Amino acid sequence: MIAEAGLAALWLAALLAGAQLLFAWAAVAKGNADALRLIRPVTVAQGVLTGLAMTLLIILFLRSDMSVYLVAANSHSMKPFIYKFAGAWGNHEGSMLLWVAVMSLAGAAVALFERGLDKRTHIATLGAQAAISLGFYAFLLLASNPFARLDPAARDGQGLNPLLQDPGLAFHPPTLYIGYVGLSVAFSFAVGALLTRQVNARFARAVRPWVLAAWILLTFGITAGSYWAYYELGWGGWWFWDPVENASLMPWLAATALLHSASVLATRDALRAWTIMLAVVAFAMSMIGTFLVRSGILTSVHAFAVDPTRGSFILILLGIYIGGALILFALRAHTVNEGARFDPVSREAMLVINNLLLCVILALVLIGTLYPLLTEMMGVRVSVGPPYFNTIIGPIALALMVVLVIGPMLRWRKDDAKLLLRRAAVPGGLALLALIAIVGLSSRAVGLLPTLGLAVAAALALASLAPLWKRNLLRTPLFTYGMVIAHFGCAVSLAGMASESAFSSERLAAAKPGDTYEIAGMTVRLDSVMPFAGPNWTAMQAALTVSKDGRVIGVAHPQARFFSDPPTPTTESVQMTRWNGQLYLVLGEALEDGRWQLRIWWKPFVTFIWLGGGLIALGGVLALIGRVRRERRNSKAQASAAAAMVAA
Amino acid sequence: MNKRLLILWVPLIAYLIFLVVASLGLNRDQQQVVQSRMIGKPVPGIDLPAASSMKPALSTKQMADGKPRLLNVFASWCVPCAAEAPQLAQLAQRGVRIDAVAIRDARPDVDAFLKRHGDPFQRIGLDARSTLQFYLGSSGVPETFVVDGKGIIRYQHIGYIGPQDVEMLMQKLREAET
Repeated sequence: MIAEAGLAALWLAALLAGAQLLFAWAAVAKGNADALRLIRPVTVAQGVLTGLAMTLLIILFLRSDMSVYLVAANSHSMKPFIYKFAGAWGNHEGSMLLWVAVMSLAGAAVALFERGLDKRTHIATLGAQAAISLGFYAFLLLASNPFARLDPAARDGQGLNPLLQDPGLAFHPPTLYIGYVGLSVAFSFAVGALLTRQVNARFARAVRPWVLAAWILLTFGITAGSYWAYYELGWGGWWFWDPVENASLMPWLAATALLHSASVLATRDALRAWTIMLAVVAFAMSMIGTFLVRSGILTSVHAFAVDPTRGSFILILLGIYIGGALILFALRAHTVNEGARFDPVSREAMLVINNLLLCVILALVLIGTLYPLLTEMMGVRVSVGPPYFNTIIGPIALALMVVLVIGPMLRWRKDDAKLLLRRAAVPGGLALLALIAIVGLSSRAVGLLPTLGLAVAAALALASLAPLWKRNLLRTPLFTYGMVIAHFGCAVSLAGMASESAFSSERLAAAKPGDTYEIAGMTVRLDSVMPFAGPNWTAMQAALTVSKDGRVIGVAHPQARFFSDPPTPTTESVQMTRWNGQLYLVLGEALEDGRWQLRIWWKPFVTFIWLGGGLIALGGVLALIGRVRRERRNSKAQASAAAAMVAA
Repeated sequence: MNKRLLILWVPLIAYLIFLVVASLGLNRDQQQVVQSRMIGKPVPGIDLPAASSMKPALSTKQMADGKPRLLNVFASWCVPCAAEAPQLAQLAQRGVRIDAVAIRDARPDVDAFLKRHGDPFQRIGLDARSTLQFYLGSSGVPETFVVDGKGIIRYQHIGYIGPQDVEMLMQKLREAET
């Protein structure tokens, strides 16, 4: 009965979403007071129902109810608890249900907690949110029912892709998904504001926490995904420009731009139409990303179940929502005033450049991702790989980092170029020193891009701290700390990327027990290779002793694993983290006469890449807390001021 | 309508183009291989070091010696490459000259691979950074190119050579002699 209850809850929630859209229309267009009163309870009830449906699906997975098709196809009774749990969303239907659940819970939160926006825009936003939800309900209920029964029930499940049996990955897709949903809320705000022609600083302040929250999750999700690809695939790389990776990167780029332009709108009431446009683009990118991943339109190493029907469905939704929003934008954007003016030398101007560079990168990633599809129309089959992306995007990303050095040093509205030069002198000098040091001290040729990357990283690390210079650190607002930490994180991440690409060393060997290999001043000794059994896999496990200057640093156990159900071989690499980098060890296949393939990498400061990503996300968290607290204090102050007026 | 207003429609138009491309792409048949554009063109001339301690190095600059041959793109870490070894051996026995490129490989690994799976090759070049592979327009391993006596690529076989492919390759080699 659990599955039927879940399905009923979903249908009910879909009906409520219809009601929500209707009430919003009646309230905004007709000024109907009853509709106005009803819309908030309806939104909250819808959130509760979809939350319930998601919980019921998780319960079905935990109980391994093999009479439910989705459970039988994606789970297994022998699977560890945590993966049964994560299995609920590790498939198409479940992840769509998760999307809908998070979306309507977010709608409920907008209904309950949003106070700053004017009433009509608030209701119009909820209406837009309902319109989007309706499409996803239709998709879920008509084309991907997660609660469908299997008759007769299966004896046991068909397992989960063993590559996905990893704690990082169990929580990686939902993190991205929830981030996408956050962008859908920003999209709804933008549509609401366009409908009521209220694109202003209040709108920006209302939308900013949602953009920030979505952006934090995307940052975190991408960082975690990159690390997962790095240690799980055993290829030693951390970003492969795979269509699925790009699908998560594009919304992040748009969200980063949106975050900064919303800041300009909130602080200076400028960039109104542009901010709206970015809100539409950000959500469009998350839907396009979902479309590219789920439709199987592009060939990717991520082997998702491919179904053109589902692809068509998402494409239709994309057409309706994004097309509709863009038509609305074209019709309404000219009625939006330009907003406040600013000088070419000002923080706004730098933020505009930041936005433009981010959009250029976004466009290039999108073109690179879609290019194979385009040329195929003309009968030519090509694939676009890392050489394109690295060559084209590397320099622009580096330029973006230079803007990041300068931007926060400038004042709002208007600043003096001479003063800027004086302020930028110290980080600039540091970058120059770094450049000389790398070129002078490095024993081998370092590429141009990594060299410049390290120099810019040095300048950025210092410049990112500038907003704290000569300030009372206790009175500095939390969101300023957020900005400082996030920008510092960019420097850390950039340093990691540049260092990894410039200074990595690699050893490939056919090793037999007793062999030793030297890498980066360390000695790696293959002691033995023994069989090893896990809960649902078996493996050959190597014992590698790593020592430096005769002292043993540690013993590593990389494995070549074999999962039984479905039969899949995987490699379980081992990373030994030192303060200055990582030793990356992979056991390959057995060769003859007792030798084993062994891959050893030394990747200096590679961990900085993800450490930086973590710092960027942490900066976002601090900014979010700081902003929400500030808004709350402001609205309280306004309320008490109003009360004082009444009392007087 | 003035220019500023027209600009506002640009995003919509760009978006519509995307929708058209995506919907066309969705309905096409899913063909998963990418044919090289180098067919009919000379093999790119690159000097590669020897990939094995038992074999001479490979320079693709010397391929125009009057007789056709196969150029096999493989790697010791590639499972289908091991699976096609018997077919390559059969081709070699029938007098076909086979040169090879080992992609992203290491000398000890290639030695072990040859010992284990047999060695039908005349020369093996080590393509550590996939340079030749890139210029050949090869998108994966294994792939096999038919090169004629003038050093022109005549045919590209993508994926592993199955027992049913041997005759087809012999035929392609005969065609390359003309």
